[in-house]
Amino acid sequence: MWIGRIARHLAAFVLTTLIAGLIGATLVRFGPGFEADEQQLDPRLDAQSIQALHDSHSQERNLLSFYAHFLGRMASGDLGFSRSLARPVRELLAERAKVTLRLLATGLAGGWMLGLALAAIAVIFRTPLVEMTTAAASSFFLCVPTAVFALLLFFTNGPVRFAIALLIFPKVFRYARNLLADAYTQPHVLTARARGLSEARVFFWHVVPWTAPQLLALAGVSLGVAFGAAIPIEVLCDFPGIGQLAWKAALARDLPLLVSLTIVVAAATQLTNSASDMAIAVCRRERR
Amino acid sequence: MNRARNIAIGILAAVFGLSLLANLFAPAPYAMQFRDFVNAPASHQFWLGTDELGRDRWSRLLYGTRISLLLAPAAALLSTLTAVLIGGVAGYLGGWWDRIVLRVIDIFLSIPWIFLFLIVRALLPLNTSPLASVILTFLMMGLLGWASSARIIRAGAQSLRQSDLVLHARACGVRGGRLLFVHIVPNLKPVVLAQFWISIPTFILGEASLGLIGLGVGEPLPSWGNLLRELANPQAAWSHPWMLAPLIVLVIVMSCFQFLLSQREFAA
Repeated sequence: MWIGRIARHLAAFVLTTLIAGLIGATLVRFGPGFEADEQQLDPRLDAQSIQALHDSHSQERNLLSFYAHFLGRMASGDLGFSRSLARPVRELLAERAKVTLRLLATGLAGGWMLGLALAAIAVIFRTPLVEMTTAAASSFFLCVPTAVFALLLFFTNGPVRFAIALLIFPKVFRYARNLLADAYTQPHVLTARARGLSEARVFFWHVVPWTAPQLLALAGVSLGVAFGAAIPIEVLCDFPGIGQLAWKAALARDLPLLVSLTIVVAAATQLTNSASDMAIAVCRRERR
Repeated sequence: MNRARNIAIGILAAVFGLSLLANLFAPAPYAMQFRDFVNAPASHQFWLGTDELGRDRWSRLLYGTRISLLLAPAAALLSTLTAVLIGGVAGYLGGWWDRIVLRVIDIFLSIPWIFLFLIVRALLPLNTSPLASVILTFLMMGLLGWASSARIIRAGAQSLRQSDLVLHARACGVRGGRLLFVHIVPNLKPVVLAQFWISIPTFILGEASLGLIGLGVGEPLPSWGNLLRELANPQAAWSHPWMLAPLIVLVIVMSCFQFLLSQREFAA
């Protein structure tokens, strides 16, 4: 049963990632500015050089043949060559993934810890003041673009990585608060409290396990949200990560780089979602 | 709570009204440059000072608010309609069609929409006109942001398909489009409306984020996104606090939306 489930996830993962790559390539190929290249505006270039630049796109005109060649090369570990940055895509990704991963890891960990801690406080100490303060704090952070917080932290020499946490925390807080409040009304929790168990024991033994599957589902989604926020942060605060690379690739209409990035991003998101799906299944089984 | 809700609605209505009547309240056109007053501080003549090109910030804020506040709901409407069409039909038909649509939704959700948007927006021709950039920015937001709403609407349609109401309709011989558009879609109205309202602040913030990295609405047209670009120089904002006006308006409007949304959630 488990092997079948893993095989299904794997097949869905591969298919989704490949189609996502194709969507990325299609968007780039059929974008009205595909043939345009900022270099062509350079007044120092003569007609032949401009024609050569124009011809450099020729291999990418046939989308399907480009994608088939790309996948063939990818199978042997070659992700192509970035035209705009004049470096192998694989090298660029390896170099920049570390920066983005660190940014995301700090942001996600910080956001989740803060969100869960505040949700627990709001549910355990149910006073109007606590509820109002936590709700107001979470709402405020939902109202400001994350990039503005990042800029503020950047220019005050603060921890820019924490800007992502400020985006994740209100989402986690709202969801977790509702879940925890719901869990506290469950019969098994009421029974545990009636039997005189300590608040800490009730919380960690009876409330948290009840909410774990839903929280894991949110964890799967939060990676995509965090990556979406990382793009403007990396661009504005000059973080040499994947988000900034995507921005540069998009501006330079660098098809091989964009397709590789789309595949990497889709694969990472799919992997997280699959991992959270599997964890949810394990949790539900344990609960039964 | 009702009072707070009325205040939020009142603020939103006032901001909407002011921006719609920008032609009356703005002392100058949004693109007009006062060359003798470049980077002028806030004064009686220029309420929020002028920018580095000598344009009146107050006028630009009014026109920018109009663009952001009119087009975000338009994008939300487009994305919700797309979601109803795709998610509603998938939930209603079920079977293979449902599986395919679910897979497509998964694909769209696996790529952060801002990343997709970045690709599409940056691929526009270099000579895209400002007006075309406004329309394309919000059109693409609407067309790329439907997936999460479609998933929820699909779930709603699926549960309705198995409801007594639809069973009765089927028993009375109602089939096909009539069943979908007369019995299922009208009953999805609360879910659809909720998705529409949720999408508006998302698109407002989306445009602001894109504007901050220079991929939103094209200059000289103002929008909250490109007005916020001035904050990329916080030292200037620190010494000229009136530069924070677009951010303050954005936060106020978003707070009102968030408050009204939480009220809807609470009522539901």
